[in-house]
Amino acid sequence: MRPVASTLLVGLAAVVLAGIAYAAGDEIATLRGGPLAEEGAPPPMANVENNDVRRKRDYPMQPPTIPHKIDQYQVDLYTNKCLSCHSRSRTEESQAPMVSVTHFMDRDGNFLADVSPRRYFCNQCHVVQTDAKVIVESDFMDVDDLLKARKAK
Amino acid sequence: MKQTRREFIRNHAVAAAAGAAGIPLPIDAANVATDASETRLKWGKAPCRFCGTGCGVNVATKEGRVVATHGDINAPVNKGLNCVKGYFLSKIMYGRDRLQVPLLRKRNGRYDKEGSFTPVGWDEAFDVMAEKFKAALAEKGPRGVGMFGSGQWTVWEGYAAAKLFKAGFLSNNIDPNARHCMASAVGGFMRTFGIDEPMGCYDDFEHADAFVLWGSNMAEMHPILWTRLTDRRLSAPHAKVAVLSTFEHRSFELADIRAVFAPQTDLAILNYIANHIITSGKVNEAFVRRHVNFREGARDIGYGLRPTHPLERKAANADKAGASEPIDFEQFAAFVSEYTVEKVAKLSGVPEDTLRKLAELYADPGTKVMSLWTMGFNQHTRGVWANNLVYNIHLLTGKIATPGNSPFSLTGQPSACGTAREVGTFSHRLPADMVVTNPKHRALSEKLWKLPEGLLPDWNGAHAVLQNRLLKDGEINAYWVQVNNNMQAGPNINEEGLPGYRNPENFIVVSDAYPTVTAQAADLILPTAMWVEKEGAYGNAERRTQFWHQMVKAPGESRSDLWQVVEFSKRFTTDETWPAAILDANPQFRGRTLYEVLFANGQVDRYPLSDLDAEWDNDEARHFGFYLQKGLFEEYAAFGRGKAHDLADFDTYHRERGLRWPVVNGKETLWRFLEGSDPYAKPGTGFDFYGKPDGKAVVFALPYEPAAESPDGEYDLWLSTGRVLEHWHSGSMTRRVPELHRSYPAAQVFVHPDDARERGLRRGDEVRVVSRRGEIRTRVETRGRNKPPRGLVFVPWFDESQLINKVTLDATDPISKEADFKKCAVKLVKA
Repeated sequence: MRPVASTLLVGLAAVVLAGIAYAAGDEIATLRGGPLAEEGAPPPMANVENNDVRRKRDYPMQPPTIPHKIDQYQVDLYTNKCLSCHSRSRTEESQAPMVSVTHFMDRDGNFLADVSPRRYFCNQCHVVQTDAKVIVESDFMDVDDLLKARKAK
Repeated sequence: MKQTRREFIRNHAVAAAAGAAGIPLPIDAANVATDASETRLKWGKAPCRFCGTGCGVNVATKEGRVVATHGDINAPVNKGLNCVKGYFLSKIMYGRDRLQVPLLRKRNGRYDKEGSFTPVGWDEAFDVMAEKFKAALAEKGPRGVGMFGSGQWTVWEGYAAAKLFKAGFLSNNIDPNARHCMASAVGGFMRTFGIDEPMGCYDDFEHADAFVLWGSNMAEMHPILWTRLTDRRLSAPHAKVAVLSTFEHRSFELADIRAVFAPQTDLAILNYIANHIITSGKVNEAFVRRHVNFREGARDIGYGLRPTHPLERKAANADKAGASEPIDFEQFAAFVSEYTVEKVAKLSGVPEDTLRKLAELYADPGTKVMSLWTMGFNQHTRGVWANNLVYNIHLLTGKIATPGNSPFSLTGQPSACGTAREVGTFSHRLPADMVVTNPKHRALSEKLWKLPEGLLPDWNGAHAVLQNRLLKDGEINAYWVQVNNNMQAGPNINEEGLPGYRNPENFIVVSDAYPTVTAQAADLILPTAMWVEKEGAYGNAERRTQFWHQMVKAPGESRSDLWQVVEFSKRFTTDETWPAAILDANPQFRGRTLYEVLFANGQVDRYPLSDLDAEWDNDEARHFGFYLQKGLFEEYAAFGRGKAHDLADFDTYHRERGLRWPVVNGKETLWRFLEGSDPYAKPGTGFDFYGKPDGKAVVFALPYEPAAESPDGEYDLWLSTGRVLEHWHSGSMTRRVPELHRSYPAAQVFVHPDDARERGLRRGDEVRVVSRRGEIRTRVETRGRNKPPRGLVFVPWFDESQLINKVTLDATDPISKEADFKKCAVKLVKA
């Protein structure tokens, strides 16, 4: 059995010992963390991280997450606030990363003079990160870690 | 320790110098890997695991793990794009709490409903499960067992499950969660056209001059189709976008015409548009004369609640909700004439001028219109009507089935079309749009399945909402849930769902990859392989069937839903599940296992392992000893070939980026019913609505009727529920992707700032959202992406720590049996 499985079993054992609901070992829904019949207190509203520090991507095609607040950013038929810093012509002034070169391509792969309208709504791919705690750890391994693990064998 | 950019460069200069001098460095010191054996990734193609758009995804594997995913540039649907969820597909399988062994509630070493979840082997799991199913069958017959499946089943998983239940257990108590999602759309298609699924396709996005979103928030729920719509709107300046909803949301950012209407009044607005088309002389008379019939539907049809509910007792036509009578054009015109702009503006709250502009998009013969809708129409106690009414305005103007003229029913789930609908996993259906109540359809199914005549049950099985009621009432006692999270997704779980699952008379099995709230409510949990851990096929909203290979192994002892269904069938014999009379007349079936008669039947097992693609694993085929998926697919495809549901052969789909059915002579069909485009449209017809015997589609006269529950003095607000961009459905996958979770960590209640102020509430305050049925605790949001009007609140349902479906009402459309998750009455109470 892989280590992940034993982690789960240990977790279940802990739940069994701590279980006080109508059925012991009942509370397995990790993202709920409580009985189904009762509603727990909601967590405080999370704050959006606003430090402008770039984050590592797990693979090169992953859209970068936004390292700043975007409250009240207007992106609509009339204007796109994101591009006021991230467009090609504004990056010298803003020192913000330029939108990826892929964003200038139309559906057929032709480069356009400006950002393709299909990429107009930035939040469809790029999202902020809050200070909320991760509830379940991820065992995703990026390719570098995987190669390191192979070498170590 | 944080370092500045300059420090970072200085520290790494050593490594750079060593590299330049040709001194080999250990792998972790070298900053670029150039060895091809290290850098090469193995790429495969798959459709996205999430919504019904059906984007193509490239999946990279290395060392038996998925390491990257991105939008497939060769996929016609998305041409290289994904939404934020799609870009993080690579991580959905790697939540640390993946279930890896079957878990059975046990006490003192034995199964006990009140016991604790205890790891068991598959044998023990299936032993107990078979015992419980056999006991229920013995005591109650086929109606004592049930299954709740999914529009996220692969094609062959849904097919195998439906076959096991309908032909093996002789029970039609199998329904998919697509009942919560697309049943009203199906009802609309069958009533208007006599054949399911859209006539148009996604190519319509690049041809339309105007787009009308009926309740749909495509910007969040179908993001990649929204990119195609946005592309058209911004690059063709004449194009217009109208967005209608009961609250303002992200799709309004692109709206030229914006309308927030009072819940349920979409019915009146649709009738007003029909009235406007008629009174302004814009009816396409030639089209209507040749291709359209008119009918008036039964009214006062109730709300699909329990028959004892006062609203059902009061309804005149609850027992014949789908009935209709033929009328003529003049009668139809008279019927809609009461829906004047003045009256509808008053009822809906939408200004007259806005209504006129909207109606003109349809009425103007020079404007090609695409109408788009999903849950706003479908999750509606008059959902089938809403679907019928939108087809009315396209049929009256002849704006249908041609490029850019497209009433388009968007699909919620990745295979709601491909599996739930086409395969016939609904409780009333058989494959290829056939129904269990039609003796000819049953006879054909028996023949194609090589089963005895008269075997298949002729009764409509229990639909999703009824299943929960029957569990609560102790009528269904053995129940299997696959690929869905109905304790979070089903309506009114406080009064129906949870009491049903925990009823001591019942044994509940849940197959899932993760421990969800539904798993928590179960008695046996089966660990399940997901997405590219198995070979699969999905069918998207534009009739596109897409295949993928198994790319990685599932963790631990996880098995696919397909393996589970087929392996479980080995534990039953025909003597246990079929009537003696059938076996007396067909003695060759006596004493056979259901596995033998359903799967090892000379058809499903006819393709040898040598047909497998050696590049990829196929754990199911290896286990059973034949190419199970191919056998199931080809047997299933026989139902639709030659009957306007033609699928290509199995191997073709592994090569193609999907094909839109009907696929005839190797060619897919873009616009159905259109002569020259659809091979089934007869020459000389122009348009041929061949789903109906006379080739004519139906325009329906149907009125506005109020919702099942509206705000009153005590419960003074409308509640609408829905999704958010960052999470898929109940969040069981996306909330385990750290980036997605941290972008949208918890549900909240979106409230108009004045409604909040009146109740002494401020942004961030804890509040109880209370209905007559249940409540949740959440926090007040007065800003952000959703802006409800006064009198309405919105709560997303992805968050399993805030089960908003404790609050919702299990009222359904009486025709489609789909629940209305968009309308009930609540109050906000400061916590």
